[in-house]
Amino acid sequence: MTVVLKADGVTKRFGGLVAVNDFSFELKQGAIDSIIGPNGAGKTTLFNCMTGFYKPDEGDINFDGHHIQGFTPDRVTNSGIARTYQNIRLFSNMTAIENILVGQHPHLKTLWFEALFKNKRFKNEEAAALDEARRLLQYVGLTGLGDQLARNLPYGAQRRLEIARALASKPKVLLLDEPTAGMNPNESADLMHFIRNARDELGISILMIEHDMRVVMGISEHISVMDFGQKIAEGNPKEIQRNPRVIEAYLGRGAAAGFETQASANAG
Amino acid sequence: MKFDWRVIIRNGLLGGGIAFYLSAIGMTELFSERYLIGDFFSTGQLFVAIGGLTAGILTARAYKEENRFSAFLKSLISGVISSIPLLVLIFLIQVLVVRQIGEDVVFTWRDMFVNFSPALVEILTFGQGLAVGIPLLILVMTILSGLGAILILLPSRWGKALTSGLIWTLGIGIFSENVRSILAEVTNRDFVRLVFQQKTLNPGAALVIFLVVAVISFFRVGNTIQSGWKRLPTPQQKQGRIVGIVLGIILLIVLPWMVGQFLSQALFLVGMYVMMGLGLNIVVGYAGLLDLGYVAFFAFGAYTMGILTSTGPLGVGNFTFWTALPIAVLVGVVWGLLLGFPVLRMRGDYLAIVTLGFGEIIRILATSNWLAPFEGGPQGILHIPTPVFFGITMSQPQQMYYLVVAGSIFIAFVTIRLRDSRLGRQWMAMREDEDVAEAMGINLVQTKLLAFSIGAAFSAMGGAIFAARVGNIFPHSFNLLISINALALIIVGGLGSIPGVVVGALILVGLPELLREFTEYRLLMYGVLLIIMMLYKPEGFLPEETHKRELRGEEDDDYIEEQPVAMEA
Repeated sequence: MTVVLKADGVTKRFGGLVAVNDFSFELKQGAIDSIIGPNGAGKTTLFNCMTGFYKPDEGDINFDGHHIQGFTPDRVTNSGIARTYQNIRLFSNMTAIENILVGQHPHLKTLWFEALFKNKRFKNEEAAALDEARRLLQYVGLTGLGDQLARNLPYGAQRRLEIARALASKPKVLLLDEPTAGMNPNESADLMHFIRNARDELGISILMIEHDMRVVMGISEHISVMDFGQKIAEGNPKEIQRNPRVIEAYLGRGAAAGFETQASANAG
Repeated sequence: MKFDWRVIIRNGLLGGGIAFYLSAIGMTELFSERYLIGDFFSTGQLFVAIGGLTAGILTARAYKEENRFSAFLKSLISGVISSIPLLVLIFLIQVLVVRQIGEDVVFTWRDMFVNFSPALVEILTFGQGLAVGIPLLILVMTILSGLGAILILLPSRWGKALTSGLIWTLGIGIFSENVRSILAEVTNRDFVRLVFQQKTLNPGAALVIFLVVAVISFFRVGNTIQSGWKRLPTPQQKQGRIVGIVLGIILLIVLPWMVGQFLSQALFLVGMYVMMGLGLNIVVGYAGLLDLGYVAFFAFGAYTMGILTSTGPLGVGNFTFWTALPIAVLVGVVWGLLLGFPVLRMRGDYLAIVTLGFGEIIRILATSNWLAPFEGGPQGILHIPTPVFFGITMSQPQQMYYLVVAGSIFIAFVTIRLRDSRLGRQWMAMREDEDVAEAMGINLVQTKLLAFSIGAAFSAMGGAIFAARVGNIFPHSFNLLISINALALIIVGGLGSIPGVVVGALILVGLPELLREFTEYRLLMYGVLLIIMMLYKPEGFLPEETHKRELRGEEDDDYIEEQPVAMEA
């Protein structure tokens, strides 16, 4: 399988703090991969480097055969990467459907003054965009809520709407930053199904940051573990679960030792 | 049932405090001869009465849910208390201000409190002397408070009827001069004489107005019409809407000839601020870019019009108004871009301060001697001709009114079209969250510059028409206050709302013109109005509605009828 998104030795420093240190990874076409790690490990900073919010100090980010490090966020999106945010960042005073319409921005081509004359091209494009927005609304299961202001939607619906907005740009790669944060186990399970379906139906590749281990282990094909800005482990869910360095990063050295003894006792 | 003295006393003192304040700043005395109804109820008395009414209304509202009778009694107590501040005022005037020993005034605080006059005491005691006047004052305040309580405690239908009757009667009394001049234009003299005696309302007419409004309100005529309207089938509603629009247009056309020259000039001013407000609404309301130097573009428009059309020594080219207007708009666009570039990376407060600076720089440049050879410096540009429309010189305010109405409608049209397009969504997304908007693929530079330049174009258009109306322009006409007014009116009307801009302009520009007689207290009333509005309607009088898109589709599509079942549920 081809690699769509590739980071090579990405480093980002804030003053003396090295938030991301020489991080490399590959996301294959159609894969669902996860990045996990304790709080403050640099996961979101890495996302911000890949989406143009930050300019990495060193290293190379390659998307679909093009170097995209140093691109502004709008160029990154226009080239085919969409993302969601750890703390939901919808356009809260716009309706759900307007949020999705904004998400379609990269694919709308009419010029601003065509709106003044409402020419045929403008009308057709707007009608098509509205249809597409309704379709996406239905796709994420929010039919009937389209005319609600985004801030009035329930929490779970806001998460879904954010994903719909990201999908509206028809991305090749979708970056999800803690998509199940604040959800109960049922909602998380629903979302897992949804993400897997979206990958299968839309043929996109998904990279996510996630804390809920049930979600991570249940859905990911490949996991990278970050701690203090560095990659400390990678592999499939089973390998990661057994990796002593991962357990240490999450629970501390002593607990890791205890856990290991217990694990071997159980195995024995 | 708790008998909470604190609430009763607080409300009483609050109401009394209002009366005290209005008297202490001189409003009561100044307007004691300005009669509202007949020659017995004056505006000055109204200011004192507001205190008693407020006390009663507040207390009645606090205890409304309990026994109505006891709530009424409590309101009366508040009314008694509300006279205390006024008694203190009388005491202060008597004891501290006018202390006389024999013939000589020994010491007077009136140097400091110029409004603490014996005449005020006379007004407050109804000219009856202290011994009779003070008990009378307490009694009157108590009655007023009881009246306020009745408005609240009566069944809401009755209360509302009485309240609207009172408000209309007093409103017509306050604006008697304007109402009178309108009546004089549309009816004959006898009718005017029937309603008004000299400058004030006839007591009989006041009663009739009160009763008519109260009855209309009581029988909920408005609601009946509305529900009848809703029951009409859709095609008829559509026809009705068209009739309404036509009537609205006719009203807009005949309005200036109904209200006379003075009010037409006021309407012209309102229209000009509507044009500016709509422009600023794009920058602030849609794109969320707080621009405090907006007057600069108004000035560019005015100066361009001045230089291009002036018949004086500074005039260049002797253009006509109609050729100069598009050039002025274009100049506005160019300057919108030029001033937009340096502030592209700024947000919020920083943007506000930098644009504030730009506005001042432009004004100071306009005043400077350096540019005086081109635009007159402090002497300004004189001899700007009035526009000529197919041979008609538009020298009357009524004619210029049509020009601003046409301009406002054009601008509103452009605004609506842009708002409902991709660009409008880009602006709003940028307003909501600039970073995320950029991450949606929106080019912030382009989007911001479009907002700045389109807003500037509208303002320049207003400025150009302004220059043609006043004939002479001077740099001091383009001060910060205009930016602030434009900003205040879009906030009062409701950010992002087009009807809101019109309402805001009527309230903040039109109302002060009607309240001219309150000259020195105008800003005070203005401020009070803004505070009350921000407390009770922080989203503005006509906030922007959210657009129904999911179920309804674009406005040209047929509306999906609402299910009657859903309405009942």
